[in-house]
Parts: sequence; structure tokens; C-alpha cells
Amino acid sequence: MTRQQILDLYFMDARARLIDLAAFMDRVERADGEDDFRMSAFREALKELEKGNPDRAKRVLLSFSDPSSEPIERAPGKGAIGAYPHTK
Amino acid sequence: MRYIEPHGHMVSRTTDDYQDMALAGCAAICEPAFWAGFDRSSADGFYDYFCQLTEHEPKRAAKFGIPHFCWLCINPKESEDTKLAEEVISLIPQFLDKPTVLGIGEIGLNKNSRNELKVLELHVEVAAKHNQLILVHTPHLEDKLKGTKLILDVLKNDKRIQPERVIIDHVEEHTIQLVLDAGFWAGMTLYPESKCTPARAIDMLEVYGNERIWMNSACDWGMSVPLAVPRTALEMKKRGHTAELIDKVIYQNPLQFLQQTPRFKLL
Repeated sequence: MTRQQILDLYFMDARARLIDLAAFMDRVERADGEDDFRMSAFREALKELEKGNPDRAKRVLLSFSDPSSEPIERAPGKGAIGAYPHTK
Repeated sequence: MRYIEPHGHMVSRTTDDYQDMALAGCAAICEPAFWAGFDRSSADGFYDYFCQLTEHEPKRAAKFGIPHFCWLCINPKESEDTKLAEEVISLIPQFLDKPTVLGIGEIGLNKNSRNELKVLELHVEVAAKHNQLILVHTPHLEDKLKGTKLILDVLKNDKRIQPERVIIDHVEEHTIQLVLDAGFWAGMTLYPESKCTPARAIDMLEVYGNERIWMNSACDWGMSVPLAVPRTALEMKKRGHTAELIDKVIYQNPLQFLQQTPRFKLL
């Protein structure tokens, strides 16, 4: 497909998702209290979008990932959170 | 259109879903054993579940003309209790001769713990000993990259395991290359929130090629879409992909992998 055809197919969807992201950030910042490592990870991931690399999706996923390599001693539960607390 | 649903947890779905899948051209459904949403209290619960997968669910599917196959294991979400896991794994061999059992799955890791790794190795041992195909679950979200690497290490370190007989599921943009480069098959799971969307799955096909790749809905009791595979086929058509390529990805590729066991037979 040409770039124009890709835009025709996906621009409106991407536009809607981008506005949703903006509204999400506004919603978080309007709310009382502190945010946590998830929002820090989110902001770091957003930076990947403007770097101009051709593999943005991969880089965003990597930025949210646990970078360690050793298995943990015991599973703390079953669920995943979506971001890794890099400062822990 | 014809397609194979290579990963669907139909015990969690309604009969209406079977009907919709049949209408959409589903030629076969493969159901890996998984977590029920709660921890089972004993191995007896798994025995009943394995009976459900090998005896009852094929009958439900047959009412809509769809062959139903399954994979057996204790899911990584229940692998922290290694005593229970060992008991469950000891039950599996008696089911391996059932006519619709494809192999061992979906095994793998969830939180990347030492016990989960131990249970993964026990499953791999059963698969190697009984010459079974393997279907691997990779962890969710922030745990996926690390878990995929740990899983690949386990599989590559066991020289009895042939990569072409293993599918590593739920790949995303940051793990697909690792899986394909190691010679394994890669599964892309089409979920509305996590894993990947139809558009991203097609992106990956365009970037990484269409060999040793399949797509699945992994429909279960959570947010999931039983018709995700045919919907993605429609998206491929919108993107200008040919009918031949669509058929390869949603039918021929899973057929190629699954036919490595003589138990996988289409009507």
C-alpha cells in the first residue's frame, strides 16, 4: 500500500487513539494524589514516538519491559501491571 | 474463507461462539489447557478438566461440524505449587493416546519464577519422552521479554527438542525476532487490549515475513474475540494482501505445523 492509502485506512483510528491518550494524561493529572512508576514509564515510552526510529512499537514495548535476566525466587501473584519499576 | 483457530479456550465460550466460528469458515479449533481463573484445589480437578478437553468439548464442537483438538498441561499460573504441578504432570501420559490430543501446552512462564521454570522443564521432559508437539505461553506485558528469553534458553538447551515442532505463542514486536531466529514457530494473539491488534499482527507479517507464523484469538473467559482471526483476515484484505497469502497465514500455516502430529485430521 502507498503511504496515502495507509493514511486513508488508519489515520482516523490513530487520531482517536492519540486524543484518548491525551485525555488519559489530563485525567491522571486532574486527579488528587501522586502517580507512580507506571506513569513515569508511560512518559518514557512516549519519548520513543518522536525519535524517528522505524521500530517504535518494539521500542515502546522494550521500555515497559523487565530488563533483568534471572528468574525471581517466587511469583508475587499472577497478574502483570504493564510497566516495570526501573527504580526499584 | 477457511481458517484454523489454533488457540481457543472453548470451555469458557458459549455455544453461540461455536456457531459464529462455523459460519465464519472455521475448519478446526485447538484448545490448550489453561488457568480457569481460579486455582484448582487438587490434581483431581485437572483430571476432570483433561476429560472435559478430550471427551466433552470435541462433542460440543462436532455439533457445528468443527473438529476440536487439545493440548494438555498445568498452566504456568498454577506452577508455583510444584507438588501439585508434579501430580498433574503425572496424569498427562494416560491422556496422550486420546485421538484429539496434539501435544503439551500451553506451558511456559507467567511471572518468571524459579518454580515456574522447574515446572516448565518437567513439561518439556514429558514432551521429549513422548515425542509430543509443544505449545508455549509467553508471559504478559512487562514480563514477556524476560520470560521469552528464559523459555528459549530452556528449549534450546534440551537437544531432544526440535524447534520446528514448537510454537511459541503471544509474540509481540519485541519478541518475534528472538523466536523466529531460533527456528521456532511464532504465534500472534489477537486481543482487544493486550497482546496485539489485527493491524499490528499484519505489520509483523509485513516486517518479519509469513513463514512459521500463525494467528489466534486465544478466546477465553477474559476480554477476547472468538472471531479475531477472520476479522484480521478481513483487515489483511483491506491492506491489499492477496487471497492466497491470507489463506496461507490463517489456514495453511497452522495446518503445516499441526500436521506434524498424525492426530490432527480435518474433516
